[in-house]
Amino acid sequence: MTNIPILKEREKQIYHKGEGVFDLTCDTKSLAGSVSQRACVFCGSRVVLYPIADALHLIHGPIGCASYTWDIRGALSSGPELHRMSFSTDLRERDIIFGGEKKLYASLVQLIDTYRPNAAFVYCTCIIGIIGDDVDSVCKRVTEEKGIPVLPVHSEGFKGTKKDGYKAACESLSMLVGTGSIENIGKYAINIMGEFNIAGEAWTIKEYYENMGIEVVSVFTGDGRVENIKRSHGASLNVVQCSGSILRLAQIMEEKYGIPYIRVSYFGIEDMSKALYDVAAHFKDNIGIMKKTKEIVKNEIDAIYPDLVRYKKALSGKKAAIYVGGAFKAFSMIKALRSLGIDVVLAGSQTGNKDDYEVLRNMCDEGTVILDDANPLELSKYCIEKSADLFVGGVKERPIAYKLGIGFCDHNHERKISLAGYSGMINLAKEVYSSVLSPVWQFAPKKHNAEMMK
Amino acid sequence: MLLRHTSKEIVERKSLIVNPAKTCQPIGAMYASLGIHGCLPHSHGSQGCYAYHRSTLTRHYKEPVMAATSSFTEGASVFGGQANLLQAMDNIFTIYDPDVIAVHTTCLSETIGDDVPQIFGKAKTDGKIPEGKHVLHASTPSYVGTHVTGFANMTKAMVDYFAKQNGHKENRINIIPGWVEPSDMKEIKRIAGELGIDFIMFPDTDNVLNSPQTGKFEMYPKGGVTIDELISTGSSSGTVALGELASGPAARALDSKCKVPCKILDLPVGIKATDRFVDTLRKMAGVNVPESINIERGQLVDIVTDMQAYFYHKKVALVGDPDQLIALTEFLVSIDMMPIHILTGTKDKKFEKKILSLTEEMPHDVNVKSGGDMYLFHQWVKNEPVDLLIGNTYVKYIARDEDIPFIRYGFPILDRIGHSYFPMVCYRGAMRFLEKILDALMNRIDRDSSEIAFDLVM
Repeated sequence: MTNIPILKEREKQIYHKGEGVFDLTCDTKSLAGSVSQRACVFCGSRVVLYPIADALHLIHGPIGCASYTWDIRGALSSGPELHRMSFSTDLRERDIIFGGEKKLYASLVQLIDTYRPNAAFVYCTCIIGIIGDDVDSVCKRVTEEKGIPVLPVHSEGFKGTKKDGYKAACESLSMLVGTGSIENIGKYAINIMGEFNIAGEAWTIKEYYENMGIEVVSVFTGDGRVENIKRSHGASLNVVQCSGSILRLAQIMEEKYGIPYIRVSYFGIEDMSKALYDVAAHFKDNIGIMKKTKEIVKNEIDAIYPDLVRYKKALSGKKAAIYVGGAFKAFSMIKALRSLGIDVVLAGSQTGNKDDYEVLRNMCDEGTVILDDANPLELSKYCIEKSADLFVGGVKERPIAYKLGIGFCDHNHERKISLAGYSGMINLAKEVYSSVLSPVWQFAPKKHNAEMMK
Repeated sequence: MLLRHTSKEIVERKSLIVNPAKTCQPIGAMYASLGIHGCLPHSHGSQGCYAYHRSTLTRHYKEPVMAATSSFTEGASVFGGQANLLQAMDNIFTIYDPDVIAVHTTCLSETIGDDVPQIFGKAKTDGKIPEGKHVLHASTPSYVGTHVTGFANMTKAMVDYFAKQNGHKENRINIIPGWVEPSDMKEIKRIAGELGIDFIMFPDTDNVLNSPQTGKFEMYPKGGVTIDELISTGSSSGTVALGELASGPAARALDSKCKVPCKILDLPVGIKATDRFVDTLRKMAGVNVPESINIERGQLVDIVTDMQAYFYHKKVALVGDPDQLIALTEFLVSIDMMPIHILTGTKDKKFEKKILSLTEEMPHDVNVKSGGDMYLFHQWVKNEPVDLLIGNTYVKYIARDEDIPFIRYGFPILDRIGHSYFPMVCYRGAMRFLEKILDALMNRIDRDSSEIAFDLVM
């Protein structure tokens, strides 16, 4: 199993730090026939917009796309939960022949009358791009008739990669931004972008900022509300997490409204603190903010430090493999795991770009394997070769890790425990500790055989 | 809040599904393909489809689920997916080295009109299919039928592509288990084994999606029906197909292609359906039912008699796939429970008729619908509450909102582990079903009883 062939075209998507010239190929479409862990354009749009809780999310196409995305992300809402329902036009053979516009119109009208949402998103799936429904004009018509924004999302699955889906979602969001009143928004106001409130993470982050004396106008899109998004152009800074997903919107808002943006991460003590300091530094005319920030960081770290030391002692020298969606998440994870004494022996992402991988290479130790758009065979091969004790990944990687007999930490949207912020760092330590040092691995043949050899 | 979006008043919806009780064909085809040994399912469409199917199957089975994709781009969608599929087959056989590639289509490739057999022909001419390797395909457009149809189509494709007559009939029986759990397939095989029958089961996901922890990642676990076995199905003396919708088409195809006579039965859920299954096997193979099976049946009947006092006229609401619901309805009626709301997302004309005939003698009206959704199901439950809910994981919202005991059964089950290891079919499976039902009812009594009435003994 460790001796697997690698396709010639894929050889350049794998790099061993310290060997040869670094010229990782990335940002490419997956090869036909690959067992890639990636998804499609629709998936990208759906994950970005999904947490907007008071909007209607109607999926225009055959039933599957709606079924597979029904309430599978733990993006929590403090109020309305319309986003957790599943609505589909359920196109059938006849609609494919005669078009689905009438069905779309009737569905929209009925849903808006029933649920009175503050906005509606209409997701175009693959088939819409082929049969040529004019979704834009249906949306326009319903907007006029119902008096709420009805926004098309051009997320036909085959029109690119998941990243293009992020872009399509950002473009739909940009139609909402700027349509609300920005009265009463203060000088020290930000938008939290690329934070989806998985396990309540946005609430943790928002609280830090508010304690610093900063107003949060809108979160994109965790615990999202249409009204907040409409007035988000009243903020004076966009704080962007999660490299790929929402950067396009930040760029649009910079062009259109002159709002600058900074990129941050909320995972691990180091990056979390840097995020708060960077935001405080942006508002340098108010020294009170920086003062508060220092206090917050100190108090938070003091509170978790003793526990962290305890976990670090137990985990020191363990090895981890990281395979995540966006590369930015990988950077934070490497730092966070290092602060627990864990070495990263494999790092990869589904959608990283050239700059991301350059950063990744500089961060990693010699011998670390860097992968773009990996398949399960490659992942398991390098996990065994590098004797990883922990795998950090998503739903499709979990059973692979368990089959190899190593610990697992879900760092994707299915996690139930908040990993962001200072409290998140302790949660991460606890989760990694409980999985890596679980006594059950003694029964796994790999460990068992090693024991017998002694 | 999530749960309070369901209103009691039922308004007709013509063009809209709210909270689906079904999904699309390709995932069923993928599950069936995994029941072929050494097979890599291949999704001929864009990348998202197979990512969603793999994720959903992984969440349900808690196992790695392998499949490949044609990774459609805009170019492929304009000029057809032939180039993608050819390249895919080449790459798959080079890198992943399966014995078989099972291609299923998607709404995208169906609409642009890709002709998969023609592409296979080209692949053969171009030498893209190595010696001793196999390909098959099923047409599974997402806008026709549901996940059950996809499973049935891929199972039928196994017959269309491989089954062969070799001139004489062997004393061997084909068993088509339908869309059931790997544990169920294992149990059906065990029963056939107890009867001493020579048989071939297809598809067979036992030891594929319930495989042991080995310390290794096995791309192709040990289980699954082999291509040689699939070829031999054409020379078997008979076929027993379980579940009309999932298994009927393959059984009939074997009959017309290879003259293998078939019996299409209900899924062996409950006593009566299992009796019919065992009896059919007995007659077809000309064997006697061994004492071991008589004992199992006797134990099941013993449990039923111990439990019957608690089942009397308890109202149940069921949602799931047609084959499962038909068998389950018969089972529940036979133990004196009253399934009063029965809904499936799969449209099937015969379904409603069958359910109505099964519940004819029941002293209560029945709501039955094929092609419905979870929203309507919830509305029914709101309008007439029940004592027990049975369905897939999504029923948990309704169970919580209406505060009703709930048993997970069907697909998908995303929040529990066990279904792929412990069967719910045949006599043993029925015992487990009964245990679950009684547990659910008794736990509720314990939870709700006053301190004074709180009872130690049942």
